[in-house]
Amino acid sequence: MQVTTKQFTDSAESALNDAKIQANLLGLYGGFHQARLDASAATPDWDALQERGRAIKAHTIANLDAYLRMAMENVHKAGGNVYFAKDANEATSYVTSLALSKGVKTVVKSKSMVSEEMSLNERLEEAGIESVETDLGEYIIQLAGEAPFHIIAPAIHKSREEVSELFEDKLNAPHYTSIDDLAQEARRQLREKFIAADMGITGANFIVAETGTLVLVTNEGNGRMCTSMPRIHVAITGMEKVVPSIEDMGIMLRLLIRSATGQRISSYVTAVTGPRRAEDEDGPEEFHLVIVDNGRSRLLADPDLREALYCLRCGACLNACPVYRKVGGHSYGWVYPGPIGAIVSPMLTNLSDAKDLPYASSLCGACKEACPVKINLPRMLLYLRHQLAEGDNYPQHRTSTAKERLAMKVWRMAASNSFAMSTASKLGRLAQPFMPGEGKNKGGSSPLSAWTRHRALPSLASRPFRKRAKDHDL
Amino acid sequence: MAAATSPVRASLFVTCIIDQIYPEVGDSTVRLLRRLGVELDFPASQTCCGQPAFNSGFWSDAKPLARRTIELLQHDKYVVVPSGSCASMMRVFYAELFHDEPAMQQRIASLASRTYELTEFIVDVLGIDDISAYAEGETNQNKRKVTYHEGCHLRRELHAQTQSRTLLDSLPNVELTEMEQSEVCCGFGGTFSVKFPEISGAMLNDKLKYAGETGADAITACDSSCLMHIGGGIAKNGMDIQPQHIAQVLDDALTG
Ligand code: SF4
Repeated sequence: MQVTTKQFTDSAESALNDAKIQANLLGLYGGFHQARLDASAATPDWDALQERGRAIKAHTIANLDAYLRMAMENVHKAGGNVYFAKDANEATSYVTSLALSKGVKTVVKSKSMVSEEMSLNERLEEAGIESVETDLGEYIIQLAGEAPFHIIAPAIHKSREEVSELFEDKLNAPHYTSIDDLAQEARRQLREKFIAADMGITGANFIVAETGTLVLVTNEGNGRMCTSMPRIHVAITGMEKVVPSIEDMGIMLRLLIRSATGQRISSYVTAVTGPRRAEDEDGPEEFHLVIVDNGRSRLLADPDLREALYCLRCGACLNACPVYRKVGGHSYGWVYPGPIGAIVSPMLTNLSDAKDLPYASSLCGACKEACPVKINLPRMLLYLRHQLAEGDNYPQHRTSTAKERLAMKVWRMAASNSFAMSTASKLGRLAQPFMPGEGKNKGGSSPLSAWTRHRALPSLASRPFRKRAKDHDL
Repeated sequence: MAAATSPVRASLFVTCIIDQIYPEVGDSTVRLLRRLGVELDFPASQTCCGQPAFNSGFWSDAKPLARRTIELLQHDKYVVVPSGSCASMMRVFYAELFHDEPAMQQRIASLASRTYELTEFIVDVLGIDDISAYAEGETNQNKRKVTYHEGCHLRRELHAQTQSRTLLDSLPNVELTEMEQSEVCCGFGGTFSVKFPEISGAMLNDKLKYAGETGADAITACDSSCLMHIGGGIAKNGMDIQPQHIAQVLDDALTG
């Protein structure tokens, strides 16, 4: 997927000014977010479950090479193939050449965020292969030519009306007014594709190492069709999706589904081990598992960011995030939006280009509070800010300007002694690095006027508390 | 729970924003704590905990400020901070900031174990749930309607969700009217509101809307920084609701 992380501020402002997007974002807090709260409150020992899930992820990621090897051996034993792709390009080339060599004309896809990293649909189309998304949300954004807006609800920014117009426009469908009718239309369209498809491509919510089993969580059943109807099944997954055992998978499933939609179990949980066996009545002839790195080993290599690989992609941190609920998914400029996206996207693409992302947070911690595996997202945002400001571990990504660094030094000196602090504050210096300056933005408005558009500036007290302390005999 | 026996001794760390912009919050804090029997001192050379630089990523600039704060408060007394955010910096983030200096960790752990946000200190250390018992003389019995904004760091770093509400609820002349989404960030976030004033402004507008809907006379919080932001929005929009730090609300309610 094209990386537009550099344009965060502009994209965010256009989202803020888009009344439709704002209206569609409004439902998230009372919707998914509240559903998660209710589901976790109704789960006995939710906290212990979270701790257990976190421990499983920590253990797996610490021994990732061993579990990936185990997964590979067991997929082989079940008659499947495994391909390790260093980057998105390798992964895409593998899938495309496979499709071409097997004479595949039509691919049906179930939701896969990793395939977005790979721009897989575009690459398949370039190779003359039709690739159709079968998850309703993904189908909608594919028709619209857009990127997913949310990890689990890719078309959440579109209202029913907009979808109806899109179907009229792209599918010559009649004007539908009910969601049911729209879903029926999509089902009709997709049924033909399922029947015609030679290859099904899915993501993976989990890969169970001890059995080589792929686990998919969906609510529409399309994932199950993609894994069972076409003659070739290709599953694409990030390398962090492996879990050691079926038992572990059970724990992770409970955490994932409750945190994603608030359901106790999704309508479909599909477990697939290898291609069809001789005694099976149906199922694909071939099974390929593509395990993708694409920058994940950078997260693995950095002890301060490794935790990002614990992510289950449940989307709870997006729903909880007050910034995401304002700027929406596209502003983040790559596959993963929201708090987890602000960590993962810069590290999987280019940190300097994505320098706004770690700063686009008030550090309120709502993400951390929501995360089923207790990932400390604010701590990682702070760490990335530190890298951007001072570049300790990533000197090539230090993007702070000499002026910013100097302002910080001046502030630090002023704030380092109480006399200087009083004097500096009289001169208005103290707040300087943190207060909007008079300089011009590229849009022509000064940061100060942007700030004061929404709020009045406070004024300094004539007599600071350190003077008043004496009045209290302190 | 030592309140009844020997007086509890504590240092007040007033925070730079209260010192420089809202000294009256410091006044209220001192009156309040003394009324509760705390033996208070004010280490005069205190400045800033270093959080602004830390949050901006400039850890090498945050460190000297943190270090001098740690040294300044190296004693065996409690440290009371009328800010959930600054208290979090000292209790949670200092350890993070100095993660590469093991020699500092013991001192940081000691400071962290003694540092409390104001309402936490009152409820958890002094053991006071019903603060109305400390009213002085005739208090004003006209009920004030107050709504409460839950500061982010207080809730999610210090995990103190109940103390402030317990204290407000205990006052016969204060009616706590909860607003929708009181736990959602007001959009300040220090540098965040400067770097992204429009996103922050959109968050602020939600906060103002929900606060306004309660019909409260005042909006209170345990952080002057949130209140500066919310108050700035109130002033800008000419709203009829007063931003007041919880120290002031408690102090006023007990004085009448
Ligand atoms: S970081 Fe946590 S909350 Fe966010 S998507 Fe990943 S698992 Fe879910």
